[in-house]
Amino acid sequence: MNAIRDLGWAAVRFVADLGRLTRFGAQIGRAALSPRVRARLFVDELFKLGVLSLVIICVCGLAVGMVLSLQGYTTLVRFGAEQSLGAVVGLSLIRELGPVLTALLATGRAGSATTAEIGTMVATEQLDALRMMSVDPIDLVATPRALAMTAAMPLLSALFIVCGLFGGYLVGVGLMGVDPGSYMSSLRSAVDFRDDVLGSLLKALIFGVLVGLIATYRGHTAVPTSAGVGAATTSTVVVASVSVLIFDYFITALWGV
Amino acid sequence: MSRAPVRDLLVGLFVLAGLGAVAYLSLSVGGVSYGGPRHMALYADFDETGGLKPRAQVVIAGVKVGQVASITLDQGYRAHVRVDVDAALKLPIDTTASIMTAGLLGDRYVSLQVGGNDKLLQPGDQITMTESAVVLERVIGKLIYGADRGKSQ
Amino acid sequence: MRHEPCLGSQTDNKEAEPYVGKGAPCARVSPSNAQVEFSGVRMAFGQRVVFRDLSCRFPRGRVSVILGGSGSGKSTLLRLIGGLVRAQAGRIVVDGDEITHRSERQMYAVRRKLGMMFQDGALLDSLTLFDNLAFPLREHTAMTEPEIAAAVREALAAVGLAGIEELLPNQLSGGMVKRASLARAIIMKPVILLCDEPFSGLDPASVRLIETLLVDVNHRLQATMLIVSHHIASTMRIADHVVLLLPDRAVEGSPAELRRTTDRRVAGFLDEDGAPGGARA
Repeated sequence: MNAIRDLGWAAVRFVADLGRLTRFGAQIGRAALSPRVRARLFVDELFKLGVLSLVIICVCGLAVGMVLSLQGYTTLVRFGAEQSLGAVVGLSLIRELGPVLTALLATGRAGSATTAEIGTMVATEQLDALRMMSVDPIDLVATPRALAMTAAMPLLSALFIVCGLFGGYLVGVGLMGVDPGSYMSSLRSAVDFRDDVLGSLLKALIFGVLVGLIATYRGHTAVPTSAGVGAATTSTVVVASVSVLIFDYFITALWGV
Repeated sequence: MSRAPVRDLLVGLFVLAGLGAVAYLSLSVGGVSYGGPRHMALYADFDETGGLKPRAQVVIAGVKVGQVASITLDQGYRAHVRVDVDAALKLPIDTTASIMTAGLLGDRYVSLQVGGNDKLLQPGDQITMTESAVVLERVIGKLIYGADRGKSQ
Repeated sequence: MRHEPCLGSQTDNKEAEPYVGKGAPCARVSPSNAQVEFSGVRMAFGQRVVFRDLSCRFPRGRVSVILGGSGSGKSTLLRLIGGLVRAQAGRIVVDGDEITHRSERQMYAVRRKLGMMFQDGALLDSLTLFDNLAFPLREHTAMTEPEIAAAVREALAAVGLAGIEELLPNQLSGGMVKRASLARAIIMKPVILLCDEPFSGLDPASVRLIETLLVDVNHRLQATMLIVSHHIASTMRIADHVVLLLPDRAVEGSPAELRRTTDRRVAGFLDEDGAPGGARA
């Protein structure tokens, strides 16, 4: 019986947490629309979340593209369809791997850093100090970070995909001998702007909102001890990653109709 | 007034690079220009499309000039296909539209053979001369039927 | 150090006893000169009750000290005044405004009158000392950058931190952090200054320095000061009014009254850290 009761309480706590997260998101939304534009902070966060993630995103994009090309070729060549390699690599990257892997990488790198930063500010009473100075910590600390993550994600995703396409080209054309013209033309004919590219950017945007929201929320609600900050950071990575994958399914299902 | 000009520059470059990647994916890869106003719609009816799909290529002499926009079934149970092609093309009214296969087992596409008539097709016109897709099973069936007939004679 | 008697207290009267709160706040600090007043406040964190029925008054323009053992709720009291935590029952009046049930947004107006010095400074660690002090000015005033720079330098000079404004908080020593925190708390000229453990973790010389600065601030700004501390010697030296939080009740009075009390628990508490001016100082 105890197990069922505990499960029930866990479910209640989960739903309550979801409610708090939504309210937090609404507060961020309100702060984002307020007349006071914190441009300097937004640009600073865009630097920390976007520019500093560039290397990891581009390297991973290249690697994923190369692997896709390799795997794709060995399978396609069995059916004599290796000239469609460009389409296979391109569609996989644009539709799924680009937005999802970018979001997962960004969660691990930038999301965890954001949670740790904000959690430490809670532990050292900096957020309380802000409140005592009549400054809303959500406006000053959470909103620029959440907005920067939302803006950066589609850009990072696009860069990931382009690097992946290049990596695929390197392996497919350079290594496996696929005709370059066929690679590019099969890529171009298979990819449709509205279904694929636009859907990809939309996914990346939604993932950016998700990761930005979860990372800042977990930071704000961290228990103000070093163990608490650590737990919050881990929670961000886990929750954001799972959410990204679940939302990926729903967006794909709804958009692809 | 910026107190970290290097940082701002890098952020600007990052945004430019990102937008550039988006533009590349949209225009070069995604083919955004098709679907713009510089295309014209033409229609063709086929008995058999053989699995032709929307967004399949429309080619003249092997060069892509447009794509298949939609395929529907008309009153006479024929496939009513709409193609969007480059508006600058001058196609005579006796142009033929055939459904071909890329390679042996590849995707279907539409190939246009230009005719010789002086009158030109206008946007929204019907291409009257069409050749349906060749379906492998029918060909094999004909062969077997013909072989059987030959044997029985 | 200080010789002005507490408002309304009768230091001449040798029989005067400190006031023991029994549901009503200190009668000797009258409502008209109480800048902060607690009435029947009940406050609990989940199951843990911090205040059952707290009533006390803090006189205007004076230095009040809040004493008590660990866990007696000293810091919670300050946080209640700042609206960082909420009471479950009772009334809290700050400078004429009742804040017991105010929403977070409404509290922002009240907080403009407050300044708070946090135990570990709570300086924004990504900003330099200069930017930390300039922060409230940039947020809430229309001062130009040269004006802000002048105000910041003046505040730093007043606490003895001139010339190091480009340092980051993690490059400052403990005493410097406390002084910077004090400078930030007073830069907007608050009406009420809240200090959470201003002497904790400091060497005796720094403690004396902070004592001097706090008294100086009280004189110059005429601000009401509420100091939470367990550093008995220092606080008794500078206090005009003392509120001692015992587990079951609050005891209020001037330092002289508390020292003369016959109540064993109060005397025992004050003696724990040695007589005023004794070994601990």
